[in-house]
Amino acid sequence: MADSPPAVVTHNPELQHHFTTLEQQTEAAVMGMWVFLITEIMFFGGMFAGYMIYRFMYYQAWLEGSQHMDFWYGSINTVVLLCSSLTMALAVRSTQLGLRRSSVVLLLITILFGLAFLGIKGVEYYGHIVDEHQFPGPSFRFAGAYTAQVEMFFSFYFAMTGFHALHMVIGVGLVSFVAYHAWKGRYHAHYYTPVENVGLYWHFVDIVWIYLYPLFYLISHIHK
Amino acid sequence: MSAHIASKKLYVTIWASLIGLTILTAAVSYLELGAFNIVLALVIATAKMLLVALFFMGVKYISEKMTLVVIVAGLFWLMILLILSMTDYISRPWI
Repeated sequence: MADSPPAVVTHNPELQHHFTTLEQQTEAAVMGMWVFLITEIMFFGGMFAGYMIYRFMYYQAWLEGSQHMDFWYGSINTVVLLCSSLTMALAVRSTQLGLRRSSVVLLLITILFGLAFLGIKGVEYYGHIVDEHQFPGPSFRFAGAYTAQVEMFFSFYFAMTGFHALHMVIGVGLVSFVAYHAWKGRYHAHYYTPVENVGLYWHFVDIVWIYLYPLFYLISHIHK
Repeated sequence: MSAHIASKKLYVTIWASLIGLTILTAAVSYLELGAFNIVLALVIATAKMLLVALFFMGVKYISEKMTLVVIVAGLFWLMILLILSMTDYISRPWI
């Protein structure tokens, strides 16, 4: 706590009047962000629970479906997201240290990793939907056994990775927002809450993918 | 938490561990373990989740206890959802 501001800061423009100290204000903001992330856990949790129940009921179909996942796209995207989490964590660190230039550069690299993830995901979706006719609905085609159950597997695949991709799109928007304001010099060693909270969101979305990757790509030892 | 600044070296070490665990989980997924493929994959995923949450998200350095209560309560709720749902579906054939 060595570099915390003094307990009473009367003229700090970043300190809202209903907080006593900047530290209290930051802790309140971080706690608020975590409350939001808990609602996100609830949102994704419902889909994970649904996945688990159908995986239990349609055990063989889930193995069949998993064998049609693009193992390498999924693995490379995992690495891309982990790299983006590193640059995001380093961006928050640079902002904490008041290093404006490196903070902006690291945020921009994070955006590039995010866009790379979405690009790879797009190529993957294109293959599933256009080439393989695996999008659930009237056009769904599957040559193997358990066609209807495999269609359910693909419903979960598109719903869960789709909502994850939507969170990535929102994340890229949020990181762009803080990158712009970091470039404008709005954040410094005593005020960087937006960067920190966007970072928490980004890492949360990364964690969702950390679980989606094994659940869809790794449940069968046979890879496409 | 606001005052804690982790070293660059720590972040890079955590990132390298995450990449290592990803390569490990991809490699062991080729082994024919039957139902244990997913068990092993989820154990590795949970290790990765903990690394991201504790260090990148700074949960390890949170000093405000109320924030920790929020996080633990959220995870506890998720366990209720997943485990209690499964006790229903797993035990149905027993009747």
